[in-house]
Amino acid sequence: MTPVSPDLDRRFRDAAAREHLLDVAYDLVDTPIGTLLIAATERGLCRIAYDAEPERELDRLAQEFGVRVLRSARPIDPARRQLDEYFEGKRQRFELAVDLELQAGFNRRVLRELARVPYGEVVTYGELAARSARPRAARAVGTVMNRNPLPIVLPCHRVIGANGKLVGYGGGLDRKERLLRLEGALL
Amino acid sequence: MVPMPLPPFEGFYDEHREEIYAFLLRRLGRERAEDAFQETFLRALRAYPKLRHAEHLRAWAYTIASRIAIDEHRRPRADADLPELASLDGRPAFAQLEHLADELPPTERAAVVLRYGYDLEYAEIGVALGSNATAARQAASAGIRRLRRKEPQ
Repeated sequence: MTPVSPDLDRRFRDAAAREHLLDVAYDLVDTPIGTLLIAATERGLCRIAYDAEPERELDRLAQEFGVRVLRSARPIDPARRQLDEYFEGKRQRFELAVDLELQAGFNRRVLRELARVPYGEVVTYGELAARSARPRAARAVGTVMNRNPLPIVLPCHRVIGANGKLVGYGGGLDRKERLLRLEGALL
Repeated sequence: MVPMPLPPFEGFYDEHREEIYAFLLRRLGRERAEDAFQETFLRALRAYPKLRHAEHLRAWAYTIASRIAIDEHRRPRADADLPELASLDGRPAFAQLEHLADELPPTERAAVVLRYGYDLEYAEIGVALGSNATAARQAASAGIRRLRRKEPQ
């Protein structure tokens, strides 16, 4: 039996995205801190997942954004390129559209504020809460960070405890530390 | 019973692409099979969100592939001097049959449509239904008997 050639497979996956037939395109992207599953809708990036179990992650994406979830490299290319540059220390700001449609009210406001925290700087949970107009909601900000759909691009690794401790990270504290070292925020 | 939800399209594609490609290769040869393959899964993508459950996805994939294989056959080749008359037929037999067979139980319906509408071999229908040639033949003849009983006398 002649198998589907990689070229034919890729042509189909490209065409599916080009003809706007996908609810979600995704791909796996290798970085120095592990393989990331990166997904995007037509509006922008919608998920960056560490250590993803693809099957579970795809089910989640299908439930949230629609069943037409397909691996397709091209729509993910800009994110892949910018992340490469970031990890090489050549990029400090991401220029990528993000899809936060599913984030309601406070979550969305916090994530928007988070996006403004500059490269190489850190803020506390409390400060980020204050910038999001809820100064006493440090704990709730922690929850939003923990569920951040777009780590690295929305830099929740730059949010730390009032005592200077790193506190926690969805992808594990090791990664938070590596990202902060990369940015020169930790010595 | 709660119907099985549709899997993400990646799962559907991954599960069926090889057999659908093999099927198109047998029908059309290499060059046309590649185009037909792409068209099959693009068409499936367009219709996918309208499916209400995940049953008979394989038979569904074969139905789309068969329809496209027929269109490919009809498409005039560059070296043909005459238009193909078959393409002038505004209401192809298989469309009528699909409509007629609408009320049959799903397996019988798929067997009847694939056999008499798309002219698949029983062995291929068996694959499409996840059974075998014998079961496919039985399903098709059961479907035909049922259709005959419904037919106005």
